[in-house]
Amino acid sequence: MEIRLNDRTITTEARTLGELLASLNLNSPGVAAAVNNKLVPRTGWDTTVLAGNDAVTVIRAACGG
Amino acid sequence: MEKLVIAGREFNSRLFLGTGKFDSNEIMEQAILASGTEMVTVAMKRIDLDNREDDMLKHIKHPHIQLLPNTSGVRDAKEAVFAAQMAREAFGTNWLKLEIHPDPRYLLPDSIETLKATEELAKMGFIVLPYCQADPVLCKRLEEAGAATVMPLGAPIGTNRGLQTKEFIRIIIEQANIPVIVDAGIGAPSHAAEAMEMGASACLVNTAIAIADNPVEMAKAFKSGIEAGRMAYEAGLGVQAANFEAEASSPLTKFLV
Repeated sequence: MEIRLNDRTITTEARTLGELLASLNLNSPGVAAAVNNKLVPRTGWDTTVLAGNDAVTVIRAACGG
Repeated sequence: MEKLVIAGREFNSRLFLGTGKFDSNEIMEQAILASGTEMVTVAMKRIDLDNREDDMLKHIKHPHIQLLPNTSGVRDAKEAVFAAQMAREAFGTNWLKLEIHPDPRYLLPDSIETLKATEELAKMGFIVLPYCQADPVLCKRLEEAGAATVMPLGAPIGTNRGLQTKEFIRIIIEQANIPVIVDAGIGAPSHAAEAMEMGASACLVNTAIAIADNPVEMAKAFKSGIEAGRMAYEAGLGVQAANFEAEASSPLTKFLV
């Protein structure tokens, strides 16, 4: 299925958010993820089932004041 | 020097550092350590799948340093609440530098959205340090809304123009029951010292250190400026004369006949 990941459309076989992030090596500490602009805590990644056209946002630290 | 206390946490340093604009993460880390700071800001960004950068967090994670995630990039209170939740999840802290500046030209904080977001985030258990206008009325409202500090600007972000809002910051300090941290615009150690002499609780500095020819030395210079200003404040500055007439500090008796 196709989903949006940080505003890019990608094709994935992942069924859950946890599988998606693991497949892209995005499951490291210091990362937070949201689906359709709603935060999903790390403890809920594996039980969050993705649907086509979901918008996944993944952020991490950046330099800033 | 008295210790600074924010939300029950003690800080030995009254200098807070931002992490933007350094030439490298290594120089940033050296400057952070040289400054003696115990509070360091960090921003968030969407991960670019094509350009996996070095994780900057490892350069600022030291046991004595409190991470202060900011909400830079949000345009209103709703986005700020979302960013705050993402920050809490990513960094494992409920400390938050709230900044809502929708206009990229001057990066001035939106007071109405900042007040709304402060109220909501404080209720959600965040320790909210809002970046705000140097507006004494607003700062009282932020305090009432549950802000842990207020962070009025000295001048627009990154301008290095110093305490352009000095007279208002003076009123804010006089009225506040929470720490007042001067943020933005501080371009030289003398600006920071002046803010501290006025009774500010701390200063947040980024650009002036990051873009210096030697950021590590500049970090030390700011450390000295902050400490000198605070010591002067605690020691009690002499009252400034209202006019330019001199007042002798030595005896004026004639001794040369």
